[in-house]
Amino acid sequence: MEILTQPWHWAFSGIMLVFIVFLLIFLGKRFGVSSSFKAICTIVAGRKTCDYFDYDWKSHTWLLMFVLGTIGGGVIANMFMANPNPVAISENTIQDLTELGIAPPQAEHLVPLDLFNFEVLQTVPGVLIFVVGGFLIGFGTRYAGGCTSGHAISGLSNLQLPSLVAVIGFFLGGIISTHVLLPLILSQ
Amino acid sequence: MKNISFLGVGALFGIIMSKSEAISWFRIQEMFRFQSIHMYGIIGVCVILGAAMFYIMKKSGFKAADGSTPDFSDKPKTYTASILGGTIFGLGWALTGACPGPLYVLLGHGYWIILVVIISALLGTFVYGLLKAKLPH
Repeated sequence: MEILTQPWHWAFSGIMLVFIVFLLIFLGKRFGVSSSFKAICTIVAGRKTCDYFDYDWKSHTWLLMFVLGTIGGGVIANMFMANPNPVAISENTIQDLTELGIAPPQAEHLVPLDLFNFEVLQTVPGVLIFVVGGFLIGFGTRYAGGCTSGHAISGLSNLQLPSLVAVIGFFLGGIISTHVLLPLILSQ
Repeated sequence: MKNISFLGVGALFGIIMSKSEAISWFRIQEMFRFQSIHMYGIIGVCVILGAAMFYIMKKSGFKAADGSTPDFSDKPKTYTASILGGTIFGLGWALTGACPGPLYVLLGHGYWIILVVIISALLGTFVYGLLKAKLPH
């Protein structure tokens, strides 16, 4: 069972992700997960809401199926392939996070349980991380016209300059959040 | 129902994202602190191998399963939107430790608090849709 439960090397992971890009192209589609947000908004609010949502969401039915599959993949990985050991992040990261009051990774958990719980959600830091953080993801990815899959993976592979600019933005924002905002938020 | 095949591709994607640990909040923190090659290795292999694949597909006139030519069209050259939207997304990515794909995978792992993040992300997309005409692109 170890072959199922051990984490994958980054090189193998990268190769497998390119296989996903290949499968989607073979099936006549373009890889881009954040368009699912637009489709769901259109289904919920209706295409008359405004110009941006005035499109035939059924053109994204395939993506909604993909997203359902993705959730299912998470269920399978969690039930049958969970790593019995903690995520092996670097000692430096563990040390930095400890200073912020975040305990090191635990076995079978990919996220810090110090943060990912509903008690934290009822605090200011919890609202900032999960509610504001989520809002920024949905607003920013659609503003940029794509997320990590559409810009960083398929956009850069297709040598798209707008994608490179977007990825520079991803890192600019990520570095600001990691080094400035998160320490401020967690000191509350 | 042709769309059923995407359920399978999505499931494989969810498993890959889990086993690669790219859905881990810890791995994203490590990446933005430049303390490991892990995430850069995944993205780097993706881009280099992906670029070679796109190049070969374009040169060889690759056809999709239904005989159509794949959509290799250029992304819109809206650089202001790319940098502003990209930075806004990056802020949220580092806080939650997840980009859109991993949000769905983490939900499958049973971290219910991720539902709050997904609903907030949908709200963010909704507000973007309303404001789109007023924002610089």
